[in-house]
Amino acid sequence: MSSVAEIRVFAEQIRLETIKEIATYGVGHIGGSMSVVELMAVLYGSELRHDPTNPSWEDRDRFVMSKGHAGPVVYATLALRGYFPLEELSTLNQNGTRLPSHCDRLKTPGIDMTAGSLGQGASAAAGMAYAGKILGKEFYTYTVLGDGESNEGQVWELALFAPHHKLSRLIAFTDYNKQQLDGATKDILDLGDMGAKYEAFGWHTQVVDGHDIEALLSAIREAKADERPSMIILNTIKGNGFKFAEERFPNHSLSFNMDGIADSLEIVEKRLADAKAKLEEEKGGIN
Amino acid sequence: MRAVMRQNFEKGNLLRDQYAETMYELMGEDSRIILMEADMIACDNTGKIFRDYPERAIECGIQEANMIGVAAGMSSVGLIPFCHSFGPFVTRRVADQVCISAAYAGLNVKIIGSDPGITAQANGGTHMPFEDGAMMRSISGVTVLEPSCPVQYDWMLREMVKEYGVFYVRMERKANIKIYEDGSDFEIGKGVQLTEGSDVTIFATGAHCLLESFEAVKALKGDGISARLVDMFSWKPIDEELIAKCAAETGCFVTVENHNVMGGFGSAVAEVAVRHCPVPMEFVGVEDRFGQVGTKAYLAEQYGLTAKDIVDAARKAVLRKHD
Repeated sequence: MSSVAEIRVFAEQIRLETIKEIATYGVGHIGGSMSVVELMAVLYGSELRHDPTNPSWEDRDRFVMSKGHAGPVVYATLALRGYFPLEELSTLNQNGTRLPSHCDRLKTPGIDMTAGSLGQGASAAAGMAYAGKILGKEFYTYTVLGDGESNEGQVWELALFAPHHKLSRLIAFTDYNKQQLDGATKDILDLGDMGAKYEAFGWHTQVVDGHDIEALLSAIREAKADERPSMIILNTIKGNGFKFAEERFPNHSLSFNMDGIADSLEIVEKRLADAKAKLEEEKGGIN
Repeated sequence: MRAVMRQNFEKGNLLRDQYAETMYELMGEDSRIILMEADMIACDNTGKIFRDYPERAIECGIQEANMIGVAAGMSSVGLIPFCHSFGPFVTRRVADQVCISAAYAGLNVKIIGSDPGITAQANGGTHMPFEDGAMMRSISGVTVLEPSCPVQYDWMLREMVKEYGVFYVRMERKANIKIYEDGSDFEIGKGVQLTEGSDVTIFATGAHCLLESFEAVKALKGDGISARLVDMFSWKPIDEELIAKCAAETGCFVTVENHNVMGGFGSAVAEVAVRHCPVPMEFVGVEDRFGQVGTKAYLAEQYGLTAKDIVDAARKAVLRKHD
């Protein structure tokens, strides 16, 4: 999978499965799962070097969802890529599940780091990148920070650390969806110009539309071409593509089930159908 | 060779120098080992390691939270990081990072905290951890150790490389009395009985408490009390078997710790005793107070950590046995 049209189909599948997954449990971190759907599709549909049949392959690229509450979108992505059966998504947060609300490396095949206590996952990602450098490995380490998560001091410890230690194979993203649990990031603890901040800390910094698949692909290419650690700030919409969530504020965590989201689901299904149609059209064009 | 106590104690390496020496050797043998400092290289003399192993010796700067996180990530790729700073800064300051990024994540991170309790001396209350052991002990899966002598510390560091998991070590940097013969072998989770004794067992840990306890044992002997001394360098896991044996053979306990008596070493012994072999027990330790500046001798007086305090506690325990 590598064409933009294919990644777009994958993204809509991830969106649909994540919504169903959370709806089955009845409550969950939908907003920040929806905002990184396109990024997950780009990483697991194209950029990440990994093997679903061998999750502990030592040369794999690493992925750390530092905003660990976005576990549901990671699980949907992993299931669609074959790490475990799609049906298992319905066990989210159920007693004894392998799919807990926040990512857990000991429980879920394909999860490289436990996260959920904010600010910590990205440091571990830096450790993976550092280890790769020491061991002469070629793998990249990708990590996704939340904007709310960036209230944490540890994030800024890492912001100093990564450029100083020249962690060139660390590619970090900040999901700048402008919301956190209590409301707008601007009102709670204003992050200001995130791009300028990382630039000043010595990172290769880009600011892109986090829902634009082509922009994401090109940003990752540029990140790899630079010797510095990379921060890609994603301008995103919290709840993106899922009307039920988009209409609510704040939408960090919402209660809903399949009965109450029929019209929103219809839109998602249409997005998926459109993406598939476009892919067919492209294939037809090639043939 | 099992652990053998010297006939005459003699001066050896300071524990900080032992740390630098043993780690230097280990890093030469095993390329997975990483040494991490949070602006504390000068405090434990690891400069030589930074000179000779620059790729694997990492100066993190004064950012302990990130240091623990980076160490956790490194260990997930198969490396074995040792992280050092002053005790309070690698425990209470980063309790959540140790808990979540290292222990809960099932990773392999070794943490060395300098200068437990009163041994922080002139650095005073901010740097004087009386709660570090309790905090680390209550995190599931973390092994908590307190070496008393350079011979034991050398063994301990080597063992920590072999054994997977999160370890916390209370290192009194300037302790340098060799209690054990060179080449002594220990076992994590097993205490070492240092003196025979039938009236009371004194369980102690770390250089200061053990050396004061030796004095106490001598003084008690003069009073006709036969005290058994046990070096319980392994706070967790703790030697349940030995505690039960000592309860049966001596009938009462004194624990000695350079730490708050709440939740620390004494509590660890009491948890076993109360469940399996309840006997009268007295605690020598810090009675829920903060630290302050002072010499070790002054602070030992202030917080009740002298040989005399141990003697008093032992007498009390023996009396209670006959109540």
